[in-house]
Order: sequence, then C-alpha cells, then structure tokens
Amino acid sequence: MQSKSNAVGDRTKVDIAIIGAGISGACIARQLSAYEAEVALIEKEADVSFGVSKANSGIIHGGFHHSPKYLKTQLEIRGNLMYDRLQRELDFPFSRCGILVVALNDEEMKYIGHLYNQGVENGAIGIEMCSRERMFELEPKLESDCVGGLHAPGGGVIEPYRFVFSVVESAVKNGVHLLREFEVVKAERSGEKHIVHAADGRVVEARYVVNAAGLFADKISSIFGAEEFQITPRKGEYYLLDRKTKACPNRVLFPVPTKVSKGMLVIPTVEGTVLIGPTAEEIEDKTDLSTNADKLSQILDQARKMVPSVSQTDVIAAFSGLRPALLPEGDFYIDISEKAPNFIQVAGIQSPGLTAAPAIGEYVKDLLKKAGCRLTEKPDYDPIVKKLPRIRDYSPFEADELLKKDAAYGNLICRCEKISEAEIVAAIHAGHTTLDGVKYFTRAQMGRCQGGFCSYKIIKLIMRETGMEYDQITKNGRESVVLTGRL
Amino acid sequence: MQERTYDVAVIGGGAAGMAAAVEVRRQGLSCAIVERENQLGGILMQCIHNGFGVQEFKQELSGPEFAEEFMDLVADANTDVFLSTTVDSIEESEHGKELFCSPGTRPAGVFTAGLAQRLVNVEGYIPGKNVVIVGSGDIGLIMARRMTWVGAKVHGVVEIQPYPAGLTRNIVQCLNDFKIPLYLSHVVSRIDGQNRVEKVTVSPLVNGIPDEEQSFEIPCDTLLLSVGLVPENELSENAGVDISPITSGAVVDSTMMTSIPGIFSCGNVLHVHDLADYAAEEARRTGAYAVAWIQNKKPNRQVRIKAGANVRYVSPGMINPESPDKMYLRTLIVKNNAQLVMKVNNTIVKEKKLSHVQPSEMVSVKLTPKDVENWTLEPDSILEVSVQ
Amino acid sequence: MSAAETKEMICISCPIGCRMTVYEENGSIVVKGNKCGRGKVYGEEEYLAPKRMVTCTVATDSEEFPRLPVRTTASIPKETIDELLQELYSMKITLPVKRGSSLIENYHDTGVDIIATMTLPGRA
Repeated sequence: MQSKSNAVGDRTKVDIAIIGAGISGACIARQLSAYEAEVALIEKEADVSFGVSKANSGIIHGGFHHSPKYLKTQLEIRGNLMYDRLQRELDFPFSRCGILVVALNDEEMKYIGHLYNQGVENGAIGIEMCSRERMFELEPKLESDCVGGLHAPGGGVIEPYRFVFSVVESAVKNGVHLLREFEVVKAERSGEKHIVHAADGRVVEARYVVNAAGLFADKISSIFGAEEFQITPRKGEYYLLDRKTKACPNRVLFPVPTKVSKGMLVIPTVEGTVLIGPTAEEIEDKTDLSTNADKLSQILDQARKMVPSVSQTDVIAAFSGLRPALLPEGDFYIDISEKAPNFIQVAGIQSPGLTAAPAIGEYVKDLLKKAGCRLTEKPDYDPIVKKLPRIRDYSPFEADELLKKDAAYGNLICRCEKISEAEIVAAIHAGHTTLDGVKYFTRAQMGRCQGGFCSYKIIKLIMRETGMEYDQITKNGRESVVLTGRL
Repeated sequence: MQERTYDVAVIGGGAAGMAAAVEVRRQGLSCAIVERENQLGGILMQCIHNGFGVQEFKQELSGPEFAEEFMDLVADANTDVFLSTTVDSIEESEHGKELFCSPGTRPAGVFTAGLAQRLVNVEGYIPGKNVVIVGSGDIGLIMARRMTWVGAKVHGVVEIQPYPAGLTRNIVQCLNDFKIPLYLSHVVSRIDGQNRVEKVTVSPLVNGIPDEEQSFEIPCDTLLLSVGLVPENELSENAGVDISPITSGAVVDSTMMTSIPGIFSCGNVLHVHDLADYAAEEARRTGAYAVAWIQNKKPNRQVRIKAGANVRYVSPGMINPESPDKMYLRTLIVKNNAQLVMKVNNTIVKEKKLSHVQPSEMVSVKLTPKDVENWTLEPDSILEVSVQ
Repeated sequence: MSAAETKEMICISCPIGCRMTVYEENGSIVVKGNKCGRGKVYGEEEYLAPKRMVTCTVATDSEEFPRLPVRTTASIPKETIDELLQELYSMKITLPVKRGSSLIENYHDTGVDIIATMTLPGRA
C-alpha cells in the first residue's frame, strides 16, 4: 500500500475518486482496478475499514430478510454468490456455516412461512422450512421452546475488517492509489474535473467521484452540491464471548425479525469466538461508539432465548458499531446524481451491505459506464492476493522450513493468538501502522490479554519498521496517542 | 529440529523456574530451562522496586537483583538454558477483562499495570500524565508510586472490594505517602474519551450495585488496570491437566504433581503468590519432588485437602501423612485474631492462631510428622482446613 | 516552639497494619494504637524522620537497554527523594555495568550509595 506522504499541496490526478474505504468503497475500488483507469481510494481515518465496516455482525446474509422490491435485496442475492470466488482469490477468513431463524411459538412460525416465501421469490438458494426436530438436528444447543424455523445454508460469517483489508490490498496491487487520513472538506469544479480538498491541504483531481462515505455520505453529498439527504446513525452494541464458551452454535442464529431490525443474533465467528447482539438504537451523534451497562443484560436475555447456555462470565469484550441508515425506507441509495455532474451516490449501505458489497462494486462500475466513463479491461489485472503464512497454522516440523526463510516467524509477539514478528512486520509493511490496524490485520492483541503483553512489542516494531517516533504511534489515528512521554 | 533429552525440563525461567531447576541439578539430575524471552528472570526484570529476597537471600533486593542471584545459582549448577524459545503460553497474566467490557468508549490510554511497568521501567516511556488505577493489586500500587516519581499525577485507586487487594505496606508507601485516594467498594462504571481517555465515572457500590447518585467523574488520560493476576494455563490445559476453577492453576497432589504423571506445577502458574520468595520456595520443593518421582519414590498414601469455612483454596490439594509438608492457603475474610482449624473426620487435629488474615495475604502452614501422629485415617478421610 | 504535631499512620511492620496515633508530649514520643513493640519503634521513627528506599532507573547509552534500574543502599529522608530523582533522571550511564556497582557514593553525606540493580552488557 501507498506510504504516508501528507505534504500540503500533494496532488493526485485520477479518473475516478472513491470517497470512503469501507466495504463498499473497497469493493468498488477493486472492481475498477480491473480496468484501464486511474483510481484513488480516499479514507479520512488512519486505516481502511475504521468506520462502519469495522464493527458489525460480519454476516453473509441468506437472501430472505427483505422484499424483492428493494435494490438491497437484489444486490444481497448477487453479492452472496460472489463470495466463494472472492475467497479463493483473496483468502480471507470466511465460512458458509448457514443461518437458522428460530421460531419460539406458532405466531413466529407463521412469520417463518413469510420469510421462506420471500426467500424463494428472491432466489435464495437452498432455503428450507424446518420442523422442531430438524432444528434440533441442525442445532442441538437451541432453547427447548423452539417450535421450528428457517434454514438458509448459503448464509455465513466473515471477519469484516479482514475482508476489507484483503480487498483493498488487491485493489492497491492493481494500481489503486490509497490516500489515508484524507478528510474531504471542500470540493469544486474545474472544467470537466472535480477538485477535492483534504483538511491537511492535499488535493485529488478526478473526473468522476463515487460517494461511499458511509455515515458521512450526506455530508459529502452536500460538499459536492449533490442531493440533500440525511444519514441516521443506528447504534448496535455487541458482546464477544471467549472461545471457551459452551454456547457456540454451529450456525448463525437469528430470532424472528421485528419491523425495525433483524433482532439480536448469536453468531459463531470465523475465529471460534461467539458474538451476541446487536441492539438497534437511532442516535444523533455519528461518533458515539460508547457501550452502556443496561444493554448487556438486554442482549444476554435475548441471546438466552435462543441459546440458554450463553453466560455473562464468558464475555471478554464489548463494542458498538453504527449502521448508516437512510430513512424511512432503509434501502440502499446507489445512483448517478441528478444534481452534481459525474457523481455517483452509494449511500445508506446498512445491512445487508457486507453481503451486497461485491455486487455493489459491479453495480457502480456499470453506473460509471452509463455516466460516460470509458472502462476497458486491463490485460495484466491480477485478482490473486497471496496468503501470508501464519505461524499458528504450522506444526513444529513445518515451522522449521518457514523459519529457514525468515527467522522472525520464530519470534512470537502475541502469545494469546500466536502471532509472530514476521506477521506483524508484514502488516506494518502493508500500511497498517496503528495498533488497531495491526490488530485487525493480524489478530495480535485480540486475545484474552487484550494486548497486555504484546502491545509494547508491537509499538517497537512499528517504530523500527517505519521510523516513526514514539509519540506518533496511535491506537487508531488522530489524537489516540499511546505514549505521552519519554524518560 | 534438534532433539535433546533431560531428566527434567522446566518451562519458564522466572523465580519459580530457576529455583526448581537449581534443586534438580543440586540432586544430580539433568535439567534444562526453556524460557520464552531473551533473558531469564521473567517479570522480575521489570519489578525494579525493592521487597524481594528477604526470605530467600536474607536481604532486601529489587526484582532484577533477586533474579540475578538466581541466575548465578543456575549458572553455577550447570543448568542448560534455552532462551527465546516458546513452548506455548504458560504464565500468569493480569486480567483486565472486566474493564475491557465496561461501558463507555474504547479510547487509547488503557493499560494493564504490568504493561505500564514494562513501558516505564524497561523501555523508558511514560504512558500518561493523569492516571486512575483500577484495582488495588500490588502491581497497581507499585505503579502509583512509580508514575508519581516520573512526574505523572495519580488521581486515585478504585477497588471494588471493601478491602485492598495489595499488601498493607504498599498502601502506605505507594498511596498514603503521596496522598493518593483509595476508593474502596467503588467501581469505574464508565470510560469516556473520543481518541484518548478523557474521564472515568467512579461509583460507590451500594448493596453491590453502582450508585448513580453518588457517582463522580475523574478527568484523566490514562487508566491502569490492576485487578489481580490469574494463572494462564493453556499449555497445561492442552496437555489435559486438570485445572482448578478457583485458582485457575493445575490441581496438584502432595508432591506438586498434576493429574498427568510426570507433569509438575509450581509458582504463579499454579496459584498466584504474594512474594517471589514464596514462589521460589514452593518451586524448590517441587524440584525435589520431581527428582523423587524419577527415582520412583512415591507416596504410599495421600489425603485430600478440602477448603473449609472462610478458606478460598489450599494448595497443594493433597497431603502425604507419612511426610507432611508446607501448604499455602488464602482466606475469604479479613479478621484479626483468627483461628486456623484442621479437621480429619470432623475431629480437630490441629489449631493455630493467626494474628491477622486477609484475602490478599497468603497464609502458609507447615505440618510436622508430630502433627499427624495421632490421625486416625479411614480410606475416605479428608483433611478440612478452615479459618474462624 | 509551636504545638507538637499529631500524626496518624498505619504501621507496616507486619500485615496487621495497626492504625496508630503518634504525638510528642513532654519531650517524649507517644505511640498509641500499636499492638506490639515493633509498632512503637516504627511509630517513633516515622514520626521523627520518615525514611524511604528509592528505586528508579537511569538512562544508558544503549538502544537495546535504554534504562538501568538503580536503588539506594538504605532508606533516605523522605524530603530528599525528589531531589535525588531529579539527579537520577539527568544522569546517563555508559554500559557495560555490573549489578551492585555504585553510581553515586555517599549521597549528600547520608552514607547511602546509589547502586545498579541489574547487570547490563556493553554495546556489541
């Protein structure tokens, strides 16, 4: 990835600028990197996926939750099918473990019928309505009150930030310019071009602009003089359960949804932990990622309605995320702007945004063509991102071979997750130079000790590899400095 | 891969590991220490404060000095040492999980006290300027003084229990000397801060529940967590060793042997000790037991020890009535003039006056052959240890 | 002479931690609240001239081992600690150094030395 060069007056000239390096922006950038076009991917945070994409359920949805009338439904179905190939190309953690919707009474079972019909109409593959017996066969940990449910075998789980990292890595490998800590504050037209200004003085010139700014898509739209709309942050709090929990289900468990949300889930993550949540609360402040004591018991109660063995003592972390909702419909808004020239809106990408993201990439590529952007395929496009070795996947005998190539694989930095120095150095070289960036890329600091043993080692590695000073090391960019002084 | 064969392999080169290895070598068996870091000493190397060695070396030393005394013994005993060699995780770790789950945001500026100690004492970095310490464990108290001495302001120590978790002398020398308030029966009920910690909300516990009305805020940029150590036993667990849910360490018999023959456990990976001196003492006994096991000297009979009233745990969990040895226990209560009572088959077999007990102070009891002379042992007899 | 000060303190001679009141009366020191003789001795010393051990680190010329841990060989008067700390923070030691070697001898005529508490190797 591009090294940091935040000098005032830095000017990047491209055909297409994508604002926002979350899941949508990343997939759009990678899609466009297959064509002969200069593309800039612009992110206001210190690393990609540090916004909405960092904290969500990480679910690849099964295509039955929404009515076929919505754009998001079509993209969900299409996106879901694209994931197998993406995983072969990019090798991110992904498991098509399947989804169960759990009905606890006959009333709820009626709604299961509705979901089933909707799923069939949408074209969701393989979904089935299940009797009580079938449900227990699929998931023995269920609450005994379960009367039946829905099984969507095509659903699954991924690590959302890891997915974004892989997609962006692939895009950058194919020529996309990644600009981090580039907060768009002003835009103007100059001839056929958009001149996009960052808070720190950098400038991007682009013929086309894609607005994939997540929570701030409304603000970006307004800066470019495009449509006026409002993104409402809807907060979701989550709790993470330790790998040792006895409450880990085989499949993602959904309750029967309500009008406002899909409800609180019990999610077996790709890494073996269990995620419970989220809540759904419309708030005002787009930076409010706080968690609240009263929500934990609420989430535990809901989760226990499906899996009674969920226990508070297994909770190892709490976090919250914000979904960028475009109310009242809640559908995606992906279209060519009618007000601003050569400006594509990609707004309101809440659930099932992660599932739909690969399809959003294709869809936006087609919109750009429709808007007059010439895109011809690149002969040397390489979709493959090579997997980095992880020492914990190796037996001691295999590790010997790896160590001969690079002894740094033998130096374990993170004990809990078993991450070696070589893996952390690879993350830093890939541009992840904050503690959270390294964490999301490698999983170092994500285990039981939450960085208690390894974070000082990671700080030293970042300093060694980048030449940064101790007071430039942050948790996640901006003012989140870790060390305040030196003896 | 290289293959080496030793009579005893010691995993971990801290105080306990070195003491065990020295004992094995003293008795003439071969022994190797496998240590993950690039030097022996473990956590002692960042414990620059004094208070070590009074039992072991009859003088008051700092952590590094205590460690180096043992390193000299290890070298004198011709013990093989493999540094920078990871077997797997086996250690004690400070657990901060409660706080990582506490309400509020997840800004920069939250450290375990052990990490802060490493940053300041070894690396020479200062983690923050305005500090609140959560939990009154010894490392947290020591760090209150250390942070003050490097120019930071420590605004308070918040302890959920009605009594401190650390040693009294640390309360006096590390808090009272600097007029740092200790909030007992209080919790940090919320952390706020967009990028870096900006403030915490501290609430008194009323009937076990944080009282919102009496809550107050402390502006700060740093939180140090010192809510106590827990043994980390992934290696033992993976080996299939039985783990005690109370201590989080292995269950060991009267010879410090785990449920898997040939695997012994001692030091802070067995249960958390107040002093490195105690860990070393326990480890020396363990080394001797390992040697005895190799020489096929095994106890004829072992009696299970049960933690009775007001006792959290007793370690080890068994006693050999033919050769009784030392045991450590922790109480559940704070009390002056307490009485330790040992019963076999509901008959009192030994009583001992304890001038003061509190959960943070480990109690050691040594039984002599005379003590066990008159025991009448049935096949299912249990030694029950309680404190009144 | 102003009225003698009364000091509240916790004895650290043993884990009991007696809360003691110490004051001066008719030219002698009175210790109250102690349960044993050690408490009386501690109370008197703490009343007249409280002393503490100081443990700290000093800078080195090494990047690998940037700090050398040090301590006083005995307790020093509490009021002199800040000055000592400032002095220690302004020092820079050239490695190698052996544990026990004196960095400052007879600090301010107190008879107390400042010694290294770790052996650190020189630059390779």
